[in-house]
Amino acid sequence: MSPSPLTPGVTAARLAPDEYAENFTDLHAPLDPHEAVVAADRCYFCHDAPCMTACPTSIDIPLFIRQIATGTPEAAAETILDQNILGGMCARVCPTETLCEEVCVREVAEGKPVEIGRLQRYATDTVMARNIHPFTRAEATGRRVAVVGAGPAGLACAHRLALHGHEVTLYDARPKPGGLNEYGIAAYKSTDNFAAREVDWLLQIGGITLETGQRLGDGLSLDSLRAGFDAVFLGIGLGGVNALGLEGEDRDGLRDAVDFIAELRQSSDLTGLPIGRDVVVIGGGMTAVDAAVQAKLLGALNVTLVYRRGRDRMNASRYEQDLAASKGVRIVTNAQPVAIHGNGAVREIEFAYTDDALTPTGDTLRLPADQVFKAIGQTLTGDGLPVLEGRKIAVTGPGRTSVKGVWAGGDCASGGDDLTVTAVAEGRDAAEDIHAALTGAKEA
Amino acid sequence: MADLTSNFIGIKSPNPFWLASAPPTDKEYNVRRAFEAGWGGVVWKTLGEAGPPVVNVNGPRYGAIWGADRRLLGLNNIELITDRPLEVNLEEMTRVKKDYPDRALIASLMVPVNEESWKRILEAVAGTGCDGVELNFGCPHGMSERGMGSAVGQVPEYVGQVAEWCKTYTDLPVIVKLTPNITDIRKPAQAAKQSGADAVSLINTINSITSVNLDSFSPEPSVDGLGAHGGYCGPAVKPIALNMVAEIARDPATAGLPISGIGGVTTWRDAAEFMALGAGNVQVCTAAMTYGFKVVQEMISGLSQYMDEKGFASVDELVGRAVPQVVNWQDLNLNYIAKARIDQDACIKCGRCYAACEDTSHQAISMSPDRVFEVKDDECVACNLCVNVCPVEGCITMEQMAPGTVDPRTGKVVEKDYANWTTHPNNPGSCAAE
Repeated sequence: MSPSPLTPGVTAARLAPDEYAENFTDLHAPLDPHEAVVAADRCYFCHDAPCMTACPTSIDIPLFIRQIATGTPEAAAETILDQNILGGMCARVCPTETLCEEVCVREVAEGKPVEIGRLQRYATDTVMARNIHPFTRAEATGRRVAVVGAGPAGLACAHRLALHGHEVTLYDARPKPGGLNEYGIAAYKSTDNFAAREVDWLLQIGGITLETGQRLGDGLSLDSLRAGFDAVFLGIGLGGVNALGLEGEDRDGLRDAVDFIAELRQSSDLTGLPIGRDVVVIGGGMTAVDAAVQAKLLGALNVTLVYRRGRDRMNASRYEQDLAASKGVRIVTNAQPVAIHGNGAVREIEFAYTDDALTPTGDTLRLPADQVFKAIGQTLTGDGLPVLEGRKIAVTGPGRTSVKGVWAGGDCASGGDDLTVTAVAEGRDAAEDIHAALTGAKEA
Repeated sequence: MADLTSNFIGIKSPNPFWLASAPPTDKEYNVRRAFEAGWGGVVWKTLGEAGPPVVNVNGPRYGAIWGADRRLLGLNNIELITDRPLEVNLEEMTRVKKDYPDRALIASLMVPVNEESWKRILEAVAGTGCDGVELNFGCPHGMSERGMGSAVGQVPEYVGQVAEWCKTYTDLPVIVKLTPNITDIRKPAQAAKQSGADAVSLINTINSITSVNLDSFSPEPSVDGLGAHGGYCGPAVKPIALNMVAEIARDPATAGLPISGIGGVTTWRDAAEFMALGAGNVQVCTAAMTYGFKVVQEMISGLSQYMDEKGFASVDELVGRAVPQVVNWQDLNLNYIAKARIDQDACIKCGRCYAACEDTSHQAISMSPDRVFEVKDDECVACNLCVNVCPVEGCITMEQMAPGTVDPRTGKVVEKDYANWTTHPNNPGSCAAE
């Protein structure tokens, strides 16, 4: 008998092949040209628009929407990409409901914002489909910059530096570039191999040499990079995962949500990807939601997302929480894990209910679990890094670290809110600062 | 339900909504469908002389402009008068009128400017049982190049001459359809009246090119790479038509001349506005071409509700009600002072009023760092631009300043008495009151 959602244990092929295809299709279908014009027409072209202020990359949203409305999505894309070279991915993964669309005057007035994210995708998809790269590299400066980490921050930094004529070597520890875009977000937000296509498109600027399989601290050292390049940008993300701190954390079936998501993203055949019947995800951020929803979409019978605080404290937006609920994920709040039960493999996980101060109330909950995904935060790893602030690399201004000639941005750097779009902004701004330093316009 | 029955120059119809002479009224099939849908009358598509009919292009005949969500705002057409044999049209008209005796059926006519041609066509249509004739002096494309249509309507003397022949050779009511492609619409209307015409109808379509194809560089609609101007109609032309209707309604030389209002009538409200400005009934084309004949049902229910709310016993009570309020600029009250007011509860903080006023008007709106927009009374001239650009209806209003208060812009006390330009001290031609 072939497996079904009811089959106990961790098994593949719980669903029919066409169900996988349907489940992992685009979360938001792309707008067709007419839909785009209609959606664009809803924009009021606000003066000093609130959406633009809310965008971490300060995209001129009213302008690009007007360019769509007047039949020039290519020009719209240039407006977007000029500020945010990963505008295509940001259109897919940005929590617009807490950024541009939250402050759209039509959201405030009617509860129905202009669909800025989908319009941005329409514009950027248009140029990418036509393989237009609307930027030309400046004359070579002869200056060389090492960018470590080919995630959103590193890619944005590398592109901007290359644009200014610098020669960039872009290192990444993984076999493929893209960072979290490639390995760390839900598949239904980046369909049709979008992350890889976007990197290929971005690299068309020229002047960027990609070196994959190169990890800082493992062959690459900051000192050697400083010696070999005129400047260094660190966009290395957060390589470590927080542990629950419970006995039995090494039991089979317990794993990091980021690894599960990465495996899913790299899987060429989802029908072959095993998933538990009873899945528990621990955490309250976007990674937790992405893991929980995808577990459900892979055919898990019961998926429970457990967070130790209340829903209002979850890092995942209300929209993401509702998305999870709509896919059948049960959300349990104010409960923290206290014990892992099972003999060899996890069988149950026990939670203690807590109040808002995380004090146990005395009530407990035991959930059957074939699989438990931990998504309680990631940490910076590595030695010989610049001075830290808390658990991240301390930066001032546009990403300057404690080490002369070394900049940092994205999730590994202090400040920001761990969003793709913030990482892009930080990478871009660091690149401008590096450019100013290298060309003598500003003292580094 | 209000009484919508209409008696326009003796032609009775169950409501004042007629279909204008145009493609929708070219055939028995269409006209029967129109009457079944509820239209009060139909002006049959213009008939030409007996003999070989005109020919039309077989490429696109229409061009358009659109608003949001591809809502059709303006249409232009290069179709000529009916391209079906005269006798076929006459037979069909006869049959339709016989089956729909309570509906108005008008024959639209266009033949060369000679007495014999007009005499012959009038004799031809007499047997159809139609209720009247409409002289097409309006079509601006194609036929005008052959000395008909708007080529006649642009010369008041021709208008008068043909109208006079028609009054001579028929007892049917004669409606003269006017072209808007003329400097002063009152002149052909005056000529029509002086020649004994029973009514005028206006406007016919406006010379237009709807767009240019920026790849082929052909105007649209493009026929094999070339374009000719067409006649523009639809919602976009309504303001132009309303003004022309009002000009005739308030001209002493044409006062009392019945008017059939045409030009962008799309809803009952448009129809009511035409009638308030003096139109005895209205003719519709583009709305039907856009949405089908069923739109008349909304026109009937809407006008009926409005008349009930106003307590109008008949459509005649509405006709002309707005005409006394249409004046020349010099008659406007210069002592009327208003200021814009922004309803802060309704404001959605888009800032369009600010951008419009700051960039293109009087710098009379302030913007705070937290996006509160307020009117600066000492700069506001009450131009109304902020009202017009505001996306929220009713958010910005023009409030009259009470007489006796001081206008902060001019420092002058607001006068309570009416005073216009004719007596203003800055007017070199004014006569100062002694």
